[in-house]
Amino acid sequence: MKKFVTFWLVIAIVTAAALPVFGGTSTDGEASNSVVVGISQDIDSLDPQNADYAGTREVLFNLFEGLVKATSDGNIEPAVAESYEVAEDASSISFRIREGITFHDGTPVTAEDIKYSLERNAQIQGADSAFGDFSELEIVDEQTVRVILSEPNSEFIYELTCAILPQANEENVNSDPIGTGPFKFASFKPGESLVIEKYDGYWKEGFPYLDSVTFKVVTDVDSAINQLNAGTLDIYQYLTADQAATLNENFNILEGSVNYVQGMFLNNAVKPFDDVRVRQAVYYAVDRDLINEFLFSGKSHIIGTNMIPAAEFYYNEATETTYSHDVQKAKELLEEAGYPNGFEFTITVPNNYAPHEGTAQIIAESLAEVGITAKLNLVEFNTWYSEAYVDRNYEATVVAVDGKIAPNSWFSKNVSDASNNFTNYANPEYDEVYAKALAEIDLNQKAEYYKQLQQILADDAASIYVQDPANLVAVNAQLEGYVFYPISAQDMSVVKFID
Amino acid sequence: MKKVRNYSLIIGCVITGVMLLLALTALFWTPYSTTGMSLSLKFAAPSWAHPFGCDNYGRDILSRVMQGIGTTFLVAASTVIFGMIVGSVIGFFAGYIGGWFDEIVMRINDVLNAFPSILLALVFVSFLGSGLMNIILALGILFIPSFARIARSEMLRLKGLQFVQSAKLQKAGTCRIIFAHIMPNAYINILASAAVGFNNAVIAEAGLSFLGLGVQPPNASLGRMIDEAGSFLMQAPWYAVFPGVTIIILVLGVALISDGISRIE
Amino acid sequence: MRYILKKLLTLIVALLLISIVVFLAFSVLPADASIAKLGQNATPERIAALRAEMGLDQPVLVQYFRWISGAVRGDFGTSYQYTGTRVVDLVGGRIGTSAVLSLISLVMVVVISIPVGIFAAKRRSAPGRAAMTTVIHITMGVPSFFLGLLITYLFSLVLRWFTIGKYSSPAEDLAASISYLVFPAIAISLPKIAMTVKFLVSSIRSELHKDYVRTAYAKGCSRNRVFYGHVLKNSLVPVITFMGIIIAEIVAGSIVVEKVFSVPGIGMLLVTAITNRDYPVVEAVVLLIAVVVIVINFLVDVIYQIIDPRVRL
Repeated sequence: MKKFVTFWLVIAIVTAAALPVFGGTSTDGEASNSVVVGISQDIDSLDPQNADYAGTREVLFNLFEGLVKATSDGNIEPAVAESYEVAEDASSISFRIREGITFHDGTPVTAEDIKYSLERNAQIQGADSAFGDFSELEIVDEQTVRVILSEPNSEFIYELTCAILPQANEENVNSDPIGTGPFKFASFKPGESLVIEKYDGYWKEGFPYLDSVTFKVVTDVDSAINQLNAGTLDIYQYLTADQAATLNENFNILEGSVNYVQGMFLNNAVKPFDDVRVRQAVYYAVDRDLINEFLFSGKSHIIGTNMIPAAEFYYNEATETTYSHDVQKAKELLEEAGYPNGFEFTITVPNNYAPHEGTAQIIAESLAEVGITAKLNLVEFNTWYSEAYVDRNYEATVVAVDGKIAPNSWFSKNVSDASNNFTNYANPEYDEVYAKALAEIDLNQKAEYYKQLQQILADDAASIYVQDPANLVAVNAQLEGYVFYPISAQDMSVVKFID
Repeated sequence: MKKVRNYSLIIGCVITGVMLLLALTALFWTPYSTTGMSLSLKFAAPSWAHPFGCDNYGRDILSRVMQGIGTTFLVAASTVIFGMIVGSVIGFFAGYIGGWFDEIVMRINDVLNAFPSILLALVFVSFLGSGLMNIILALGILFIPSFARIARSEMLRLKGLQFVQSAKLQKAGTCRIIFAHIMPNAYINILASAAVGFNNAVIAEAGLSFLGLGVQPPNASLGRMIDEAGSFLMQAPWYAVFPGVTIIILVLGVALISDGISRIE
Repeated sequence: MRYILKKLLTLIVALLLISIVVFLAFSVLPADASIAKLGQNATPERIAALRAEMGLDQPVLVQYFRWISGAVRGDFGTSYQYTGTRVVDLVGGRIGTSAVLSLISLVMVVVISIPVGIFAAKRRSAPGRAAMTTVIHITMGVPSFFLGLLITYLFSLVLRWFTIGKYSSPAEDLAASISYLVFPAIAISLPKIAMTVKFLVSSIRSELHKDYVRTAYAKGCSRNRVFYGHVLKNSLVPVITFMGIIIAEIVAGSIVVEKVFSVPGIGMLLVTAITNRDYPVVEAVVLLIAVVVIVINFLVDVIYQIIDPRVRL
């Protein structure tokens, strides 16, 4: 029976010996000109006009372009169009289509494609959206188109960053999308990865630098950090200061701003948050600096309204100090509102962004000081999206909202009858000022109106706006050129390996 | 055979007793507040003041582990008791009545058994939503089949024995036979598997919490703590290690008890 | 033969039951999932159109037959989450990974636990037994995800034997795939090894107490001959049934461990599908796992029957 023992012994030894041998093969480095970007959110659609998630838009930014596209300094530049001209009364915009521009399949972009794309987008967005002012596209000649608006809108040019798609690809827009961006679609594995490749015919000479980029879905931050340290990922966004500190020397940590308004959004239609005094009490009770300190080592920008500081021209800095951390005042307000012993509520927290949970926990802890009990309910982002955002079935939620380049995108969601007014905020004065701001053509006056809106939101404590979080991005130290955008975009066309 | 001390049972009881004591104490008192945050104590290493160190919010890990043990105990014990009671009753009846009733119950049992436990728990949670009560319910339902199976085989073993037959002859009712005659003789084996079930529940709860579908913060749960600690393995290894080791010791204690019980016979 | 036929019949009934439960749970109860997919701009007309398209306006029985006849042909419809992607493609793309992972884990359990079990069963001294019991119980008690974290830390971050996240599927590169999956397999199988060892030890011990062992000794057989020639063979028979349970446990273990190691397998797909309420995918995966487990248990029963014809259940 020795044979028996020997047999198992041999197997055990072989198995043990095989482990390091197998392992040894995986460490060889490759010199290919490609990077792997970890993304914390799954991609909800490859169709740029149907993609709802900010995380998806961030990625699709590399594949698609509109007539104009956003720049990293918060402006727009011509893209599919070579130049444009806004009519004096802001009721139409003319575009000259870029000479020789082609889709990823090599076919030229025609005026018909542009007409198709804008009409498609208008239909998807619906009449009550920011795109609702689109009336029709007039094809002037082969190289010239004119967007006609149903009413004057000086900010509509920003909406025309919406993707231009080839009409011929209507069928495959979800499986094999084609655009005009610096990269073209290569492959997509749902829940795993999206691979894009350099488009040689891109109109901007010399770009992109990289041959291919893989966006790898890594929803678990722990795993992302391990994968960064192991060298599997080259770039990962939205780290907290603690997480960034655990990375090894192969990474540069770039500090930018997420350009989101992060905070605890309150459902203004449910008790007790329908009472402005309760909302204010909560605001006084929350220590925003503590959140910043704990999660971002003080690197975030504390805010007090639904606007990002990066939009300097429109930003109302005074709202930052409308509330301070003042437990006494909070208690007084609660007493006034009829809740001397506090109350209990649930904070719904989506899991797409790690600092949300931390923010919620710290808020819950500060609220305990004034007698309010906050319970947390952690949910997957998609669940949050359908239950909290679409159905508005929540009491409070810690989340971040983003905006587009158009300043009104930050304010439209608080208009009482807006389809995306998920906080159920309703204030006639606000609606009135918003309408004025939208119609205003004089930029300085427009900015005044927007600042006024921000102050109204702050005074009403419409939600507990906390911070524009610091965006700590881990970037492989061999890469350069990574830039931050004030919108959801990770521009890979400007990233390259240091020679 | 000479009398051997049942060390497994003794050590197991001591470990479990200490754990239970910690959990009960945590209901009234913990060294520090379980939710109290402090910037200066962020990632504080274990010290005399904080034997288990502090986490990323400067919370005392020992206090949170104590509370976590309580949560774990609550979930595991309720789950097992629920599964045991329902499962035993079903199993006893199935075994006693036999025939088509037995056949149906056991087939449903097979079906439930075919699902790996965490899979079924996931499915339940996806409907009920996460949270303490739902976890207990989901895991409790999961444990019904295993208890039913054991209760049934105990019943089949005991049914043929003389004292049951004589009770039958005396026209004792089904319920009376099951509860007065079978149960007292079957409980040892059922208890031994209750201990196994308890451990399965501890691990399943930790797993669910790790997947983010279990107990919700700020309630401390050992599984969640490990999940949260995962990102700080380099900075603060104690954050993951203490809750992890606590789970292992907890499970060890109950496993030893189960071993001890099965050795009583 | 009668026994196998009976088991086969039970198998079919069980499969039917499962399909009904799964269908009721995921196709009938959550009708609103379709609405959620349309997003905030959904109009009642669009919802109605989508419901008709998905067949949700039909009677339940019709829906079930439509679904099950599709399922048998491998057609589970399209995912809610990834518009236009067929569920079969989603599941099919990951099945290889999970199969390889489970297989490696199973091989590890078998290869390691049998010799260890024999070694452990032969310990006779009290301290030896106590030490063994403790080791087994501790190993059984380690949550597999905790083990996974430790393995990641040690083998990937410190020793750099593998690169976490750098995974290639078996279809692309089998050797690379296996060399990666070995590590999650350790995390999955270690607690199962402890379970199997424990089971084997008690099986061997109870076998050692049987009369024929004493008879064999009395006849003058050597210790080893009795042990390997008779006792081991007999005590391995119940282990076969135990393997059925272990396989189910391995499948379950991989659900959690896949997350730790970022292995894009069936488990990860299931967890995201559940959290995203992508019910067609959940349905398909749950059905798949249940069928695999039931069929394996059936095979185990049959093998058991062949090896030990005394069994009559």
